Amino acid sequence: MNKLKERFMKGIFFVAACASILAVALICLFLFVNGIPAMGEIGIFKFLAGRTWKPVDIPPSYGILPMILGSIYVTAGATVIGVPIGLLTAVFMARYCPDQLYRVLKPAINLLAGIPSIVYGFFGLVVIVPFIRDTFGGTGQSMLTASLLLGIMILPTIIGVTESAIRAVPRHYYEGGLALGASHERSVFFIELPAAKSGIMAAVVLGIGRAIGETMAVIMVAGNQPRMPKGILKGVRTLTANIVLEMGYAADLHREALIATGVVLFVFILIINLLLSLLKRRAR
Amino acid sequence: MNTINTVTFRQKFEAYKRNPVSMILFSLVMFATVLTILFILFFLGYILIKGIPNLTPSLFEWTYNSVNVSLVPALINTLYMVGIALLISAPIGIFSAIYLVEYAKRGNKLVEIVRLTAETLSGIPSIVYGLFGMLFFVIALGWGMSLLAGAFTLSIMILPLIMRTSEEALKAVPDIYREGSYGLGAGKLRTVFKIVLPSAMPGILAGVILGIGRIVGETAALIYTAGSVAEIAKGRDFLFDSTRTLAVHMYALTSEGLYVNQAYGTAVVLLVIVVLINWFSEAIAKRLQRF
Repeated sequence: MNKLKERFMKGIFFVAACASILAVALICLFLFVNGIPAMGEIGIFKFLAGRTWKPVDIPPSYGILPMILGSIYVTAGATVIGVPIGLLTAVFMARYCPDQLYRVLKPAINLLAGIPSIVYGFFGLVVIVPFIRDTFGGTGQSMLTASLLLGIMILPTIIGVTESAIRAVPRHYYEGGLALGASHERSVFFIELPAAKSGIMAAVVLGIGRAIGETMAVIMVAGNQPRMPKGILKGVRTLTANIVLEMGYAADLHREALIATGVVLFVFILIINLLLSLLKRRAR
Repeated sequence: MNTINTVTFRQKFEAYKRNPVSMILFSLVMFATVLTILFILFFLGYILIKGIPNLTPSLFEWTYNSVNVSLVPALINTLYMVGIALLISAPIGIFSAIYLVEYAKRGNKLVEIVRLTAETLSGIPSIVYGLFGMLFFVIALGWGMSLLAGAFTLSIMILPLIMRTSEEALKAVPDIYREGSYGLGAGKLRTVFKIVLPSAMPGILAGVILGIGRIVGETAALIYTAGSVAEIAKGRDFLFDSTRTLAVHMYALTSEGLYVNQAYGTAVVLLVIVVLINWFSEAIAKRLQRF
């Protein structure tokens, strides 16, 4: 009886462990089955490299190149803003921060990671958009605004992962640097940071993954015009925004084209994930 | 007591003067940190100062209409959503962690695959979960935009989080506990449930609460799975009612652009809930470290 129970529960645990495999399989299956046929119907090249997205025109055109570029530009902008600030703050957290300050600052940064993206989006809409509008002109809803907001949003990720990467560097690296006459800064920046390279790269890639997948915050501040990006003060639309904005009323091929947009985004994320696991393996 | 190895401010300044690279690096670090701190203060201060005056009683009336724009129905729906999603993903996540830590043998291929898929899941953006939930739960299973479809979508989304934290919590339980239990004649199952799980509980709970935080803040995965009806789900078929959670409610308010003041108020409520949840999770995780 007892033995039966043991084996039964082991079976249950096993099934539970397989749940995540099932989930990934189902997600892939449903996205690809619903999205790939639309790509075929529109024409893979016309879909991925088409410069116009006018799904309700007659005849409609379904080119998502503007959105692909929009996503890439906005993510690149977020990286340019978020990575240096995040990296330097992480250095402070790991190697400069006095204990009392750390006890306050660490939870504050963790808190930043937990704030819902819709609240960030709202903040962007009521603070950053007017700021950009008054400073640089235009409508304020632009690539720059979106990059700025996303740069802020990926800060906690970058700070957290980089900080633990720096802390994982053996203490004697730093001490060796000091012993050779290097200053604190030189030891940290020229000995410890290179040693923590893989971890820092992982932080950057993780941040890129978050930025490219972010939806609600970007919608509020990016302007969302489905046209080729025209400059950093002009509006852009990202892949994620395209899905959310039009899914509500889309039908037939238009709807399938939106799902195919999701497939493209998913493939981007898979590539980023792959990169991340490679980096993690190297970090070990 | 005289401390050794301390430098005065003046000595430090002299050192920096001799070594400009160090000084530049030091000022960059300070600049970035001050920027980060200022941003945190500004962000929280702005939301609180603008939002708290907008926390009017009408925002907390029991039913929603376009005059009071009450957030109470959305808040209650959020509770439902959290409850149902956890009911699904907490057991699965914890059980799968138990399998990975307690049962799987070293070098088991399945373990690697499960880890890989969990990592993949945790990298998928919420909008992709939303798309999948719409295609699978809403359309393929025919549930329509409903509380249940939204909860199932979210439960997949937080599954990797619960799995990972549970796994870490289980691993942190010293092997002596298990050996002691076996030594007293307990079987594997009894050891897991009576000895290992209770000791790992704080860590597991911390992960579950973090999951709650993610559910409360989620928008993109819910818009096309749970919909945005601003009424409390009720009646016999409440699981199949379309509902909006607090975050979706906030999105509706901001995108309509008519209720900016109420949106400020809702933002404060959302922020405070998430802060409390995170704080609670951290407090529990700290208890774990006392082991």
